[in-house]
Amino acid sequence: MKGHAESAAPFVANEPRAHWHDESLWFVRVKRDRQAATVPEWEDLRSTASAIKAHTLSRLADYLEEFERNATANGIHVHWARDGAEHNAIVLKILNDHGVKRLVKSKSMLTEECHLNPYLEAHGIEVTDTDLGERIVQMRKEPPSHIVLPAIHLKKEDIGELFHIQLGTEKGASDPKYLTEAARGHLRERFLGAQAGLTGVNFAIASTGGVVVCTNEGNADMGTSLPPIHIASMGVEKIVPRPRDLAIFLRLLARSATGQPVTTYTSHFHGPLPGGEMHVVIVDNGRARILGEEAFRRSLSCIRCGACMNTCPVYRRSGGYSYGYTVPGPIGSILGPQRDPAAYGSLPFASSLCGSCTDVCPVKIDLHHELLAFRQELAKKGYLPWQKRFSMWVMGQVLARKWAFLLGGRLMRTLMPLLPRALVYGPWNPWGKQRELPPMPRESFRDLLKKEPR
Amino acid sequence: MATPTTSRDTILKAMRANAPQLRPLPDPPQAIVYPNPLEHFAATLAGVGGRFLKATDEADLQLQLGSLEVFQRATRIASTVPSLPGNVDLEALKNPHELEGIDLAILPGDFAVAENGAVWVPGTNLGPQRAIFVIAQHLVLVIQASTVVHNMQQAYENLNLQRPGFGVFISGPSKTADIEQSLVIGAHGARSCTVIAL
Ligand code: SF4
Repeated sequence: MKGHAESAAPFVANEPRAHWHDESLWFVRVKRDRQAATVPEWEDLRSTASAIKAHTLSRLADYLEEFERNATANGIHVHWARDGAEHNAIVLKILNDHGVKRLVKSKSMLTEECHLNPYLEAHGIEVTDTDLGERIVQMRKEPPSHIVLPAIHLKKEDIGELFHIQLGTEKGASDPKYLTEAARGHLRERFLGAQAGLTGVNFAIASTGGVVVCTNEGNADMGTSLPPIHIASMGVEKIVPRPRDLAIFLRLLARSATGQPVTTYTSHFHGPLPGGEMHVVIVDNGRARILGEEAFRRSLSCIRCGACMNTCPVYRRSGGYSYGYTVPGPIGSILGPQRDPAAYGSLPFASSLCGSCTDVCPVKIDLHHELLAFRQELAKKGYLPWQKRFSMWVMGQVLARKWAFLLGGRLMRTLMPLLPRALVYGPWNPWGKQRELPPMPRESFRDLLKKEPR
Repeated sequence: MATPTTSRDTILKAMRANAPQLRPLPDPPQAIVYPNPLEHFAATLAGVGGRFLKATDEADLQLQLGSLEVFQRATRIASTVPSLPGNVDLEALKNPHELEGIDLAILPGDFAVAENGAVWVPGTNLGPQRAIFVIAQHLVLVIQASTVVHNMQQAYENLNLQRPGFGVFISGPSKTADIEQSLVIGAHGARSCTVIAL
């Protein structure tokens, strides 16, 4: 598996586009700041949200059982899946039992994690992602590049071209309003033709046995109120104890995600449509194991708002695909290697550790601390490439010896300016690919200090 | 494949074994209150692309509704507000697909939230076909001015979640910004959302 830096290379190579991507996301971050500022108790809300999550995680099994009891009483069928394969099999069985061939889906990162779409398609089900951004990347046969803004990496011209081919819009047309209207017409047909709807779950309420889904487009509502069957896929960590706890998260989620006071639709499902069926599939897929890991369990508090991506200087400049994992950005760089350290071992290094992610996270996950802890963990377990291990070893040796440090400094100051450029900026210096080293000072700080009158 | 019961027990058992030490459930913080929640609601609603109107009495409500362009242009109007009947007999519809082509839905909201421009619409306010609130091209929500609460924390203290059932907070018209972050109103749901307070 390629590391983050290598995977980012093609994205970074197109400088104007990388710059545009950077600015698009910063725009969302600025909107978030503006919304957060309208709530004087913002910091208290974050602390409360963090504490509710910590409490819930300490009693997760109890709350899930409570949820199951209440949901069942509401007439909802509850299923449990240990991993993605089991989740997919459960969904397929429900669809097959009802002879469903056409499924509409609203956004669900969990089903991305489980690779549900290709599985269902291989079994003859037509799956339509209905969130506009997700539909766009589905048509391009790409995964989402951002968890809230799935097509943030694309320009309107790219989408215009795609829609021209797929939906017959006018060639060269790229007005977002025109394109959205075309998608609305196309997807309405899909909604009306669907036999079942699948949604993710933003929150599940233990005390009432219902699930809550937040969208701006209304696609989750179309998909669950036209076809009679509703399947909701949820990770075990989506549970909140009571409706009053939900209030805290709803005050934070949309403000953090897109800088809106709340999403347009916040839908509470406590049972099936009259005459229909509702199923909730509760998925573990490694979460119970992470719960046992002291240093990383806080990553289970994530409410998938995407704020840490929007603010991350590395994400903004390298794009979602450079991470190679379902969830990109700072939180993905913790979740990915938790799942598979060999495949995603480079992700914790895709960070400047500036801490901006930690500052914006609505549930106060200490993201940059976890990233640092993960680096140490990966080093201990021997997942680092030899170049990194070797250079760290050399650095360690030098820093442990005063004479070596002084000599090294002197050599750098005197020799570096004399070396030919090709030697300094060779392939062994990836840092210097797009950057210039600062000019070498003539004297060291130590020399300067000695000269200072005391 | 194992039976669902086994997976359930495996997951719960692993979770109990790995559970961290019990942490307390916190109290919510003091939440913002506004000098005039109705005014703040109107402003927030405008900010999310919705429109606010104030009616003085039932007669004025009829008048205000009649003056709306979305009302004047609508051919098929569905309503679950008894005093403002539409021209579509919802009870006669055999399935939700027959709702396609409804131009305007007029629905009662139970209360509104000043901090985010949302109106709570329980499933029981939607008539026989739940899809009405999202499939109609335009939306008018009717609320009582006295029911505006300050914030979501207060909203959930008052909220009676119907079980089994459905309920939705609606804040403005349906929208998307998935193409280059340009805001487009009218993604899948209503293209406009007018809230009239009585
Ligand atoms: S880690 Fe925090 S900021 Fe990042 S997506 Fe999750 S909740 Fe949002």
